Amino acid sequence: MLKIITAVIGRDLKLAMRRQADIVSALFFFVIVVSLFPLGIGPEPDLLRKLAPGVLWVAALLATMLSLPRLFADDHRDGTLEQLALAPHPLGLVVTGKVIAHWLVSGLPLALIAPVLGIQFDLSADALVVLTFAILLGTPALSGIGAIGAALTLGLRGGGVLLSLLVLPLYIPVLIFGAGAVDATVTGLGGEGHLSLLAALTFASVGFAPWAAAAALKIALE
Amino acid sequence: MLEADNLECVRGERRLFAGLNFKLAAGELLYLQGKNGAGKTSLLRMLIGLLLPASGEIRWKGLAIESDEFRADLCYLGHLNAIKEELTPLENLLAAARLADEDLSEDDAIDALEQVGLAGREDLACKYLSQGQKRRVALARLVKERRPLWILDEPFVALDVAAVDWLAGLISAHLQRGGLAVMTTHQPVDIPAGTVRELKLS
Repeated sequence: MLKIITAVIGRDLKLAMRRQADIVSALFFFVIVVSLFPLGIGPEPDLLRKLAPGVLWVAALLATMLSLPRLFADDHRDGTLEQLALAPHPLGLVVTGKVIAHWLVSGLPLALIAPVLGIQFDLSADALVVLTFAILLGTPALSGIGAIGAALTLGLRGGGVLLSLLVLPLYIPVLIFGAGAVDATVTGLGGEGHLSLLAALTFASVGFAPWAAAAALKIALE
Repeated sequence: MLEADNLECVRGERRLFAGLNFKLAAGELLYLQGKNGAGKTSLLRMLIGLLLPASGEIRWKGLAIESDEFRADLCYLGHLNAIKEELTPLENLLAAARLADEDLSEDDAIDALEQVGLAGREDLACKYLSQGQKRRVALARLVKERRPLWILDEPFVALDVAAVDWLAGLISAHLQRGGLAVMTTHQPVDIPAGTVRELKLS
């Protein structure tokens, strides 16, 4: 079981390394969207501190969305997806591997660069730590839920827009608890409660979403 | 070993075929023929379990084919090559084997690539290969393949004369080992060994 998951992760990471432009463009999108807000709003530290969690999280959702359409599309186009579906193990495990690989190349870099961006919003050190931790905890859920949308819209014309319409509403809980964790830290309430809910969301979606996505992929392959 | 029982295929509004029966035993090859749109690829996709028949049943070793065991006996080569342009032929071959849960050593993979005439190109990304060479990378999977059931969709497309002969030899070696093969093709190809059955879809 672990063997197939690691095989998929290994292959997807190798592919991602061969076309780094994809990773870098999503990351730059994140950096630029987040940086536009302080420029647009002006130097008002109180306001910026208040906006920071929401802005960073919304930008993280959108940056994750950018790479989702390609999650299965490349494998579908060149026939690899058929071969994966015919391998003698459940397709859900393959999708689990792909979700983890997607997080490693899209979610993880966002979490690593988020504290640097948080400084633009004059966040305290505590809040920066919680922000990083929250993005680290929450982005796997984004990859998991996104996989369902990517599988459902596979092979559709204009699938990218439909994918956003399907997936963004499902991202709302992650957004609320993710931004809430940072907010609660800024106001001194402590973000532990939000973080544990975020962890629960991540476990549930990484555990279950791949199986739903696998079912959708089988329909797409018919 | 492979039995199809009263298969019916409906795509969209059209019924492509109905009441299709055949049995294939070890060492036998089934040649699917028929004009474009007759349902050859649909039948192949039913046989590998990716398309559900409108009615009827397919059995492998007496059991319905919706099982991991069936897929552990199956090797499918579609009309898409299933290779990654960014990876080298060697990486493609090794990755495909790992994902299909097969043991393939690096030496075996290099040997397979030599046999398909890609010696010296193992480390070149597949995007720099020609169409025929890409097809050869896909076919290299078959060289070390010991799974009993081969299902091949147009395996001879984009191959030159020498490669067609080589592939025909590979398939007959597979049949001699007691394997089964089902394939579609538009060009008449002589497979020297094994019992050849023909099925015409119309």
